[in-house]
Amino acid sequence: MSEYVKIVIDGTEVKARRGEKLLWAALENDIYIPHLCAIREEARPNASCRLCFVEVEGTQDPVPSCTRTVEDGMVVKTRSPRVDRLVKTGFELLLSDHDLKCRQCPANRNCALQTIAKKRGLKLKQKRFKPVARNYEIDDSPEEFAFNRNRCVLCGQCVFADRRENETGVIGFAGRGINRVVTTFQDLPLAESICRKCKVCVDVCPVGALYYKKSPE
Amino acid sequence: MSTSGPREEYGKLLEEAREKVKSGEGRARVLVGTATCGVSAGALKIKEDFINEIQSKGLDADVVEVGCMGHCYAEPLAVIAKPGFPPVCYGYLDDGLVHRLVEDFLAGDDPSYEYALAALERNDVFPTFEDFPRGVYEEKLILENCGYIDAYDLDSYIARDGYGALAKALSGEPRAVLEEVKAANLRGRGGAGFPAGIKWEASLNGGDSEKYVICNADEGDPGAFMDRSILESDPHLVIEGMILCAYAIGAEKGYLYIRAEYPRAVGHVQQAIDRAREKGLLGTSILGTDFNFDLEIFQGSGAFVCGEATALVSSMEGKMGMPESRPPRLASHGLRGKPTILNNVKTFAYVPFIINRGADWFKGIGTEESPGTAVFSLVGKVNSTGLVEVPMGTTLRQLIFEVGDGLRDGKEFKAVQIGGPSGGCLPESALDVPIDFDSLHEAGAIMGSGGLVVMDENDCMVAVARYFLEFTQHESCGKCTFCRLGTKHMLDILNDICRGEGDPETLNLLKELAEDVRDGSLCNLGRTAPNPVLTTLKYFMDEYKAHIEEGCCPARVCRDLILFYIEPPRCSKLCNVCVGSCPTEAIFTRDDGLKEIDQEKCVKCNNCLKACPPEYNAVIKLSPPVLPPEKEKKAK
Repeated sequence: MSEYVKIVIDGTEVKARRGEKLLWAALENDIYIPHLCAIREEARPNASCRLCFVEVEGTQDPVPSCTRTVEDGMVVKTRSPRVDRLVKTGFELLLSDHDLKCRQCPANRNCALQTIAKKRGLKLKQKRFKPVARNYEIDDSPEEFAFNRNRCVLCGQCVFADRRENETGVIGFAGRGINRVVTTFQDLPLAESICRKCKVCVDVCPVGALYYKKSPE
Repeated sequence: MSTSGPREEYGKLLEEAREKVKSGEGRARVLVGTATCGVSAGALKIKEDFINEIQSKGLDADVVEVGCMGHCYAEPLAVIAKPGFPPVCYGYLDDGLVHRLVEDFLAGDDPSYEYALAALERNDVFPTFEDFPRGVYEEKLILENCGYIDAYDLDSYIARDGYGALAKALSGEPRAVLEEVKAANLRGRGGAGFPAGIKWEASLNGGDSEKYVICNADEGDPGAFMDRSILESDPHLVIEGMILCAYAIGAEKGYLYIRAEYPRAVGHVQQAIDRAREKGLLGTSILGTDFNFDLEIFQGSGAFVCGEATALVSSMEGKMGMPESRPPRLASHGLRGKPTILNNVKTFAYVPFIINRGADWFKGIGTEESPGTAVFSLVGKVNSTGLVEVPMGTTLRQLIFEVGDGLRDGKEFKAVQIGGPSGGCLPESALDVPIDFDSLHEAGAIMGSGGLVVMDENDCMVAVARYFLEFTQHESCGKCTFCRLGTKHMLDILNDICRGEGDPETLNLLKELAEDVRDGSLCNLGRTAPNPVLTTLKYFMDEYKAHIEEGCCPARVCRDLILFYIEPPRCSKLCNVCVGSCPTEAIFTRDDGLKEIDQEKCVKCNNCLKACPPEYNAVIKLSPPVLPPEKEKKAK
């Protein structure tokens, strides 16, 4: 059996490693699919941001491409009315509780949400849903970086990076439903937690929720 | 290993059990229903009353705790079985009635039929439950023993051929059990109706030798109590079903995932496990064979999402109870990464019947695609609430109007909510839908695990949708975008509508968002949470429109859209009840002696409406909240 399979994405035939998830196969071939939570190294896809929907021929409903393993001969469409509708709603839902003061955000112009908006022609100011204010205090206790949870999209990139870097994870998810947050054990400020200031979490944050106080030169 | 086979081992247990049951038959017995439904109606006190009365009269009679017979509307209830009489069931018991029954029936020979609900055996004197419409439509399989056997006594289960299916199965190959369950087309009773046999078979393909069997008793739908009642009333039936499953797939370890809010169920199941172990029906060398299987209870902490398979397993592994994307499915990659079978309480409860009586017999009940029976907790505005079991294919109309004996107080039927927060509300026009997995799904509801709430003209469907959304939004784990934020926004919109705010665009947005949450969420909590909204939008659009277009709640439920008003012509000047009932002193006596409500002070608590004596019935609710012009009233 060959190590590769051939699949067709948006009419283009591409090669993908057998066993690979569709999302990574597409990205590797420069075909863009919106995504926030996907982590290639993780055994089981997080599948929580719900933005990477695609249509797979033979499957009735759109599927998140991070959960679907490539199969030889698979025919995939990254855009369709149903996909676009789900991505738009998912994206607007995320924006509805996101602190949208982009100009004051260190991730401005380098933000995954802005990328998605640009690539998919979506607006950063959504009007369908009432804004949900989160009003979390900014944790600027560490010397070099800070954590503004009002910008957090709960993708889990920081949690995964932290677990990989540190034997005992410093941050993790807590709370349920609308109160779900990334936080330290006992909700302590980072400086008072067991944080070693390795900053891997800051480096992977796609939206400027974890950010350097001074931009690194 | 012993020399005799499982049938012989079982034969000994059966003989012992029958002997024991027979020895008690010469005495009068009082069976008090003490499942949670009974206990909450005061059954434990009734039991004490019986014991005290019997003792004080020096009578020779046993008082036994049994589970739920299903007639929850008449709790607390008891069955009196006295030699020479048919066993008779009495409901609505209180200390006076207990005194009377002991004196007249146990001490004397008058069964006081005027207080009886029904007899349990055919006789020439008094009708049985089968003679009532409910009995005509009901067909009890997995509820057969519930309320009739001592749930604490393994022998009373064995004496009714309990664990006979296990003895039969152990004399044959494991494969035969699997084939029988597959042939019976037993569909999972947890809600989705996935065929149990196919699930079981999938766990064989993993090749892993270590496997688990888990019973999902994390029942959390508002208004649903089927699983609780079965575990409290007949725990061994579920345990036997689990052992059979374990034998079929080769598992040695199983868990019952029971929510901690069900302490009675946990207690009953734990003692059942202990008794079964003592008799060699659980543990090592079951019934003398080389098959080993043991069970343990895992108490869930009451997160609704943990009823979702992957979240349930996560919580058992010590992680947060959050769902994961599937596949891999549990059957190949479940608890601790091992092949795991997770089925609902009721699904396991059918298995002993299928093994005992065969797949063909099972398929003879119900419909072709959904064989067997359906168990519902029938609640809401029906006369006979309780636990019912009907063959699949029974219509909703039969279930509500025959089995449930129609609506209370002659009110008009409005909707029935099936399947809890994941289900939908069906209107009058859908009442002839047969109850089976596929027909209900087509109508927009789901079978769910069996909660069935009946609503009448006084229920506002927008408020009902909001109630369920409040529930799912609160129970959302928050992992995925659509469920975390989508349910929040749906709830916000529904709250607006209940205040009369919004325009036609609001309704469109609600529908679009509901569809997207259904299609976009990670797990079935999110995927099904919009069902109450989608079905009410589909069937009760008029009510939504009345709220936003006229500021009117037709059922007069939504507080912001109603006001309380005392109709002057009906108010009696002599009565002061409403004034006393008002917690905010909003009701005052006018100069002409009539009562009036100061709308500024009124908090719409409903007290005055309840307090006003029925002969006056002067307090009414008005929607939209506009006071009638007094002059017009007088002119009329």
